[in-house]
Amino acid sequence: MLQSVMEHLDELTAMALFGIGFSLLLLNRNMIKKIIGFSMMDSGIYLFLASYGYIESRLAPIYTDNMTDPGAYVNPLPAGLVLTGIVVAVSVTAIMLGLTVRLYQRYHTLDIEEIAEQIRKEGK
Amino acid sequence: MRLEWWQNLPLLLIVAPLICAVICSVLNGRAARRVMTGLSAAACLLMAALLYFTVRDSQSFVYTMGEIGAPFGNELRVGVLESLMGLAFSLVVFFAILGGRTQLERDVAPNRMHLYAAMLCLLLAALSAMTFTNDLFTAYVFIEITTIAACALISATGKGRTLFAATRYMIMNLLGSGLFLLGLSMLYGLTGHLLFPQLGKSVEALLAEGRYPGPLYLSFILMTVGIGFKCALWPFHTWLPNAYASATATSSALLSSVISKIYIFLLIKIFFRASGAQVFARRIEDVLFGFAVVGIILGSVNAIRERHFSRMIAHSSVSQIGYIFLGISLGTEAGMAAAMFHILAHSAAKTMLFLSANKLRAASDGGDSFADIRGAGFRAPAAGLAFLVGACSLVGIPALGGFASKVYLAQAGIDLGGWRMIALLATLAVSTALNVAYLLRTALILYRSDADQPQKISRLPHDGAFIAAMCALMSVNLALGLAGYPVMDLIRRGISMFA
Repeated sequence: MLQSVMEHLDELTAMALFGIGFSLLLLNRNMIKKIIGFSMMDSGIYLFLASYGYIESRLAPIYTDNMTDPGAYVNPLPAGLVLTGIVVAVSVTAIMLGLTVRLYQRYHTLDIEEIAEQIRKEGK
Repeated sequence: MRLEWWQNLPLLLIVAPLICAVICSVLNGRAARRVMTGLSAAACLLMAALLYFTVRDSQSFVYTMGEIGAPFGNELRVGVLESLMGLAFSLVVFFAILGGRTQLERDVAPNRMHLYAAMLCLLLAALSAMTFTNDLFTAYVFIEITTIAACALISATGKGRTLFAATRYMIMNLLGSGLFLLGLSMLYGLTGHLLFPQLGKSVEALLAEGRYPGPLYLSFILMTVGIGFKCALWPFHTWLPNAYASATATSSALLSSVISKIYIFLLIKIFFRASGAQVFARRIEDVLFGFAVVGIILGSVNAIRERHFSRMIAHSSVSQIGYIFLGISLGTEAGMAAAMFHILAHSAAKTMLFLSANKLRAASDGGDSFADIRGAGFRAPAAGLAFLVGACSLVGIPALGGFASKVYLAQAGIDLGGWRMIALLATLAVSTALNVAYLLRTALILYRSDADQPQKISRLPHDGAFIAAMCALMSVNLALGLAGYPVMDLIRRGISMFA
């Protein structure tokens, strides 16, 4: 049991991060905490991907002169996916923060339920 | 293999909008709007050309990026089905821009118009990319681009209400893309592939050997639920009514007719081409079938209970998305074809409903309650007629697109038989009755005499673009209803060369 937990520590951590982030994003009322949750959720997935890509005692996939054996390197694709994912997450976070700033300027609160309440009153 | 010249069109359809988006962001509002209209018209023409060439050759082709072949490279794949969907989507974009132009000028501040145009160009790029791509991760990246563009399109009016709707939209969509990305990573970890054909083979091989059935199954569930969040499948639809109802006319038409549909098309691609000959599609489909049935009924019930005109139309989208999933979840080719046909029919009708509803509200001093829109059909005749046709199509009056798609759906169910047939036919019957209750009631209110009320607004200024767009969409609806067979034939041919 402990053995297999230790073997899959990366994956387990990643799933825990994903779970915490997902529930924060879904359930927390505070916009900033939601955004933090989103970042944690995505970090969890990147950890998951990166842990696939890493094989112990292999080199980073950068070609150096006398190492032509592909077996000496790790697969570069997961790293590429993580990099792309990080770029996506950065832009989405920026948009979320921008929206939060605009909402705060208008309603002077970060609490999403309170904003909904104020909008409901506005409508009447 | 030598490429024909037209086989470069798919790449052009992705790259040109991206370049236009960059150009739009530095132009002034007027010029940017011209670029966006021109671009969407050009996209329609190019998609039509692609459709013509793929039908003529009656085979699909794969465009290899940078000539780096599978399994490392990135590919686009174009067949009849892809080009047909692409054509439908770009037509909707074009008509939505045309028909919503007056509202757009009113709702979006002039100093922001160029940004709106830039986001619309991004949307067009993402649209062709998601239609054509053969690579799961590319699809994910463009899902996110679509999400960002859609968020900007919703919040473009800059009112508090739309900002809040956009925030809710973003939160739900981020949950969805998180699940999709997790499913994608698991699938990649299990198979080592991201291109659909290799993925499909690898999944099939793994299942045949009986290895990792659980994780494979889980990864497909995660991706399905993720996309469910994004296209407002029933239990995940909570963001939808506010987002659709508070945005400007063009945006809400695009959201409901293009953005949610493109996700569904992607899901169909994943189901058909990456899940290894639908090995476990069966079990997912049972659950989807349940969601679809509940969504169809509850969407209509919510629409009946809704006291606001534009939110009512938004609620009906949930129920229409349910129809599409109903077709997919039958798990047969006929069901898939009916779902595709319903995507087309619903896009044609819903675009018209959203555009004309906005016009009718404009003719009622912007009022959104049913009392406000009384007699609006007389104040804005073209919009009233368009709403009537769209409503009839969704209800399923013969000779309109919605009728044909319901017939195809019922046929697919009857071919299948069993409990699904009974459930499907019952759902269709109940939902049609419910649709009549809210859509035709609204249509009647629109034409109720408002003689006892003071005339709220003198007639709206003449809007040629709107009338042209409505006429075109009405004829598309009629064409789908009266001559649905050739379209259905194209879809069937597309599906047969899909796998």
